Amino acid sequence: MTDGSPAPTVERVYRTHRARLLAALVRAVGDFELAEDALQEACAVALRRWPRTEVPDDPAAWLLTVARNHAYDRLRRARMARAKHEEVWADEQRADAVTTMTDYGEERLVSLGDDRLSLIFTCCHPALSQEARVALTLQAVVGLTAGQIARAFLVGEPTLAQRLVRAKRKIREAGITFEVPADHLLPERLSGVLAVVYLVFTHGYTAASEAAERRVLSEEAIRLGRLIAALMPDEPETLGLVALMLLHDSRGAARYTKGGDVVLLEDQDRSRWDGTEIAEGIGLLDRALRHGAPGPYQLQAAIAAVHAQATEAEQTDWTRIAALYGELLELTPSPVVALNRAVAVAMAEAPQAGLDLIDRIDDLDRYHLLHAARADLLRRLGRTDEAAAAYRRAHELAANPADRRFLAGRLRDLDKPR
Amino acid sequence: MRYMLLIYGCDRPEPGDPRFEDALARVNAFADECMRRGVLVAAEPLKPVTTATTVRVRDGKTMITDGPFAETHEQLGGAYVLDCRGLDEALELAERCPLAEEGSIEVRPIVEIPGLHLPDDARRAAVPEG
Repeated sequence: MTDGSPAPTVERVYRTHRARLLAALVRAVGDFELAEDALQEACAVALRRWPRTEVPDDPAAWLLTVARNHAYDRLRRARMARAKHEEVWADEQRADAVTTMTDYGEERLVSLGDDRLSLIFTCCHPALSQEARVALTLQAVVGLTAGQIARAFLVGEPTLAQRLVRAKRKIREAGITFEVPADHLLPERLSGVLAVVYLVFTHGYTAASEAAERRVLSEEAIRLGRLIAALMPDEPETLGLVALMLLHDSRGAARYTKGGDVVLLEDQDRSRWDGTEIAEGIGLLDRALRHGAPGPYQLQAAIAAVHAQATEAEQTDWTRIAALYGELLELTPSPVVALNRAVAVAMAEAPQAGLDLIDRIDDLDRYHLLHAARADLLRRLGRTDEAAAAYRRAHELAANPADRRFLAGRLRDLDKPR
Repeated sequence: MRYMLLIYGCDRPEPGDPRFEDALARVNAFADECMRRGVLVAAEPLKPVTTATTVRVRDGKTMITDGPFAETHEQLGGAYVLDCRGLDEALELAERCPLAEEGSIEVRPIVEIPGLHLPDDARRAAVPEG
């Protein structure tokens, strides 16, 4: 029994257990929209009833029971409406299953099982567009509102709401089943799920320091990654991703000046890095690597860990980083990875070695960081005019205002005597 | 749940073509797998769009024109109807279909409309067993 007004209790129970309740409801009724409506309805009932009666011992289980009964009633009414037709086709089986399940007694949340993993895999199903997967995961699993998601991704709220409705309808209409995929599909599907989590993280992480609506996404992505790691403890890539996000996030406070300008890794005040996050990230990475199945996230986390372990920029083990990028390039060949490897080689060996590698990269002419990296190497080689041209090109292509300010600053510095 | 796998952009070799036997063996292996699973409801290869005729009736007036209604990039070459456990099985079978390597396969759920008259065999297939 909780004292005081029921509103905070309902709110707290809802916040704590929302994803699990929603997952259990989707499992029971097979429909996202119906499950969401029913959960809202149950909260409304709780707000009306709990002031008059005692708050139930297990309020979450209470909400689930009320929500499920509400959903079953609606399914039954829909079935009766359909039964006027001579032919009743769809939903027969589901509605039959439903009538046998309604009369159970007291339930405890612990006995309900945990369907959140099914919820996550369904939200990240490859038959949905990447945009829809991100929006749906943030809404259904993380619990952000359509408005919050819309602001974080700079789209109109009606557009985002529409995207969510379409995704939920496609899940229902196209027969996307609510389950953890079969073993033979699991590796591919899991990497799809992790891609959504990492996309959410980077969208938050790359936000300019002032964009609070976006920055909250990196925290939520870490939380989501931890949840997946807890639900699937034997997947090294999941651990690797959480480690990677923690190691990136540990530098959060040092990445921008007070004025919102970018501070390069080598110039960051390393005492402002978050030691707790670093220790946890490295611990998770070690746990992941013990599985002996390195993947892209583990390798990226290993690279981030090398940076995190250098107490000064000069102590960075660039030879190790270049080797890790080499492994990553073999596993996931991409021009961006090739660029990162080139930069590491430049640091480990000499600027010219890096420059030679950069000049062999195709398809990245419109990527501002390629030109910024070239510019930096040219500057170090004393080829100032070429460096200036490369900085100008990078500035032209950069979208983030903080990046643009940084590149403009570099360009100005070129003229100064050193 | 039933799905139609619409096959687009495939070039079907004719009997006598040296590629015919191989192509036939490959699609037959696919159909055999579908039958082994008990999901194959129908398989309907279509003649090329050059054989298509389009019919429209507007204000009671019938218009018959040569060719398909819409000029699409990739032509519809035929369809399978599969009765699967869910989208995942339909996608998995579409992936196994040899025609996916050559053209593309659109997987569309078939809608069940209460009261819609269908031939008996299609109706039997639409009602889940047991």
